[in-house]
Amino acid sequence: MSQGMTVVEKILARAAGLPSVAAGEVVEPLVDLAMSHENAALVINQFQEIFEGTGLAAKVWDPSRIAIIFDHRVPAESPKTATNQKKIREFVAANGINKFHDIRGDVGGICHQILPEYGYVRPGFVVVGTDSHTTSHGALGAFSFGVGATEMASAWSLGRAVNIEVPATIKVVVSGRFPPMVGPKDLILHLIGLLTAQGANFKVLEFHGETIRTMSTSGRIAICNMSVEAGATSGIVPGDEETRRYLCEEAGIAEDIPCTLPDPDAAYVRTVEIDVSALAPQIACPHLVDNVKSITEVLGTPVQQIVIGSCTNGRLDDLAAAADILRGRKVAAGTRMLVFPASGRIFAQALDKGYLHDFMKAGAVVMNSGCGPCLGVHEGALGDNETALSTTNRNFKGRMGNPKSEVYLCSPVVAAASAITGVITDPRHA
Amino acid sequence: MAKVIIKLGNDISTDDIYPGRHMATVLPSETPQFAFSDRTDFNAFLRSKEFAPGSIIVGGENFGCGSSREQACSALKGYNVAVVAKSISRIFLQNSINLGLKVVLCPGLEANEGDDLDLGADQVTNRSTGQSFEQVRLPAARQGIMDAGGLIPYTRTLLVAGRQP
Ligand code: SF4
Repeated sequence: MSQGMTVVEKILARAAGLPSVAAGEVVEPLVDLAMSHENAALVINQFQEIFEGTGLAAKVWDPSRIAIIFDHRVPAESPKTATNQKKIREFVAANGINKFHDIRGDVGGICHQILPEYGYVRPGFVVVGTDSHTTSHGALGAFSFGVGATEMASAWSLGRAVNIEVPATIKVVVSGRFPPMVGPKDLILHLIGLLTAQGANFKVLEFHGETIRTMSTSGRIAICNMSVEAGATSGIVPGDEETRRYLCEEAGIAEDIPCTLPDPDAAYVRTVEIDVSALAPQIACPHLVDNVKSITEVLGTPVQQIVIGSCTNGRLDDLAAAADILRGRKVAAGTRMLVFPASGRIFAQALDKGYLHDFMKAGAVVMNSGCGPCLGVHEGALGDNETALSTTNRNFKGRMGNPKSEVYLCSPVVAAASAITGVITDPRHA
Repeated sequence: MAKVIIKLGNDISTDDIYPGRHMATVLPSETPQFAFSDRTDFNAFLRSKEFAPGSIIVGGENFGCGSSREQACSALKGYNVAVVAKSISRIFLQNSINLGLKVVLCPGLEANEGDDLDLGADQVTNRSTGQSFEQVRLPAARQGIMDAGGLIPYTRTLLVAGRQP
């Protein structure tokens, strides 16, 4: 018998039509789903260049496997973006792409929320996305990773990703029950601090253990989402009962869903064990995501902007936890709070449950779903020497639109507790 | 031989190389003006084009970490520079191969701004200090894309040959 395979090796072997693959090989797997957002404008440009001079019509290989979601700059912040979006709409219509989510209050939202919500991703899929946080979809047992626009244009043409090195896998085994006010975001921040920003470069983080097994898909999306901040090609939670429950109940998929599991003798480059039962809330300090500290080391740091949302922490459970803390209280004077639900569906649910009302009464500004201030191009930019505390996933210099500002990253409950005081505050004592 | 025009530290992110606010600019013919635009002096230096083709940007560990935005590669390619770094983040490395931006992985590299480097097939030699450093070679399978001049011509060849699944 040959060496057993990890989940991702199994997925890639199947997709590349090979009996087995091993880390370091370069393979050309079939693509099950190809996702882009506004940067589809560049993909289209590269796609058309591929066909130039070939005499072939520039048609995508399979429109049903392409998803395009407008989220990064919605509604458009500039004529340039609006024109890019218009060009993409025309391409979508011409190619018959129906997994298209335009700027809408009902079916719109952040790409990494829309894909799971609409059941576009299944366990065992190969998913490529022109976005580094495409790692998110490992939460559903898929091998899902970010690529550039030219790689995507190539995939649109061939139905394959042709520049993929089989990643080695790090096994992450998580045990213990989260203490109150501590959760998946704290776990992934802690892990990134442990591994460093490039500790998992070219590798996959495969998550196991009782804490993962009992974690909701929402929490799993948060940890897979941020796996890329340790450099990982992807994070992945092998599909299980919770994956089936999510796809059935939330995404309305009726059929039986097979899950790809690792072989018992799979080869891992490293195993990391984490017990979360004594974990404190974690904070990533400026200007690197691996500059992670326990909240106790940064308590009292003044913040002018609180952001709750993004593909990391803009889901219903995140909003519920933050609303529970803010209900009946006020955002501190001198601090502004921005809330942007991850999708139109979540927006409507949060509206029905009264969370948005709680936020507004507390003085927060509730924004349309989308990427909002996360990447500093649309709204919610910071002033010189201002500090933000955010539930997003990156704090690189300039990330929130101003290289002279600072961004701290945290969980929704830390953000909510800090909004009330205007300084970084421990939600365990709020 | 080529000159090092800047020496950068570790974890240079794509937000640094190509800030998010320029992301609506996508065409390779237009992206170079925004390369390192938050580093005003270096951006002005690049735009002055007062350096020889093939000049070198030296990076530390984890060069190009962060977003998948390909503009970070096309912006540098527009100036015909090469990147030599101790390690490079996966997506940036992949984008560089795909676009034909010259990148060299050299874990032990010691070089400063103004030094003259020779980028050989297996080694990087610093002519200014006389030291040589080993390169990490990319898997041979990736050479095909580089030999073709990037992923666009590579894909075009496969397409014409009818390798659509
Ligand atoms: S919310 Fe932020 S991290 Fe997520 S897709 Fe949008 S810009 Fe990227």
